[in-house]
Amino acid sequence: MAKAKGKVTFKEDLCKGCELCTTACPVNIVVMNKEKINVKGYHPATVHEMDKCIGCANCATICPDTVIEVERIIEK
Amino acid sequence: MAKVFERTNGLTDKAFHYCPGCTHGIIHRLVGEVLEELDVLGEAVGVAPVGCSVFAYDYFNCDMHEAAHGRAPAVATGVKRVNPENVVFTYQGDGDLASIGAAEIVHAAARGENITTIFVNNAIYGMTGGQMAPTTLIGQKATTSPYGRDEKLTGKPIKVSEMLSTLDGAKFVERTSVHNAANIRKTKKAIKKAFELQLSGEGFGIVEILSTCPTNWGLTPLESLKWLEENMLPYYPLGNLRTPKEVE
Repeated sequence: MAKAKGKVTFKEDLCKGCELCTTACPVNIVVMNKEKINVKGYHPATVHEMDKCIGCANCATICPDTVIEVERIIEK
Repeated sequence: MAKVFERTNGLTDKAFHYCPGCTHGIIHRLVGEVLEELDVLGEAVGVAPVGCSVFAYDYFNCDMHEAAHGRAPAVATGVKRVNPENVVFTYQGDGDLASIGAAEIVHAAARGENITTIFVNNAIYGMTGGQMAPTTLIGQKATTSPYGRDEKLTGKPIKVSEMLSTLDGAKFVERTSVHNAANIRKTKKAIKKAFELQLSGEGFGIVEILSTCPTNWGLTPLESLKWLEENMLPYYPLGNLRTPKEVE
């Protein structure tokens, strides 16, 4: 079966730390990076376990500040 | 590796000024994406409201016009009648559209003006500081209804979509929400349909989008999504209220 793999990138300085993306992820890998503070003064969203990403783009869909870009590769 | 999601060309590079978790950003992006997909960014003219989204003219990557409070449909009417080849839309909140602008939107719909209205309903006045709006729910606290909206004093919230769908001039009326990814995708479909109907000259179209206001509701962004789902959806049911017969 073809397995979808994805990669998300965050424009961290646009992030306002609202955490909406963390609710939209079906594999629960989007978290807030508590070790970092961006230029706006928020903990930005990030992904630590990128290999679990399925590239569904739900996080980017719900992000109000277009922080997230999503790429997808289909492994056959 | 294929890009499946990136910032749309329908928006400028300017970062949104909205509060964290405000769903205005999502709705801006959806409108921008639709304009880009329909390839009408060059012809599009948007009319910005007064309210939180007053700076919408800075964010959309098309020609924009600012209107006096509530008067966006009247300005859009003028733009569309003078330049019928343009794609004209208004972007309005509930304080703008449902109270001070109630007459303008009702008559624009009644005349069947060939414009599209994006109506963001978050049940409160945002920019002015959380006052009660015509769409505020019974019992909902606002700075001008500190004990909760009282039905005896102020009546029941206006269901704008239901009201407009009684007018023959309103050809497309749909209510959607942006509280989760599935509903955001449905909202985009509705916005696209409304713009497509304008392109085919069908007449007035409005998409009412239920939205959140974490700051003035006094909730976190995540609690706001839940509050919308639990309180707004029962009173403002989602769905299409009117579509022209031939495109159903």
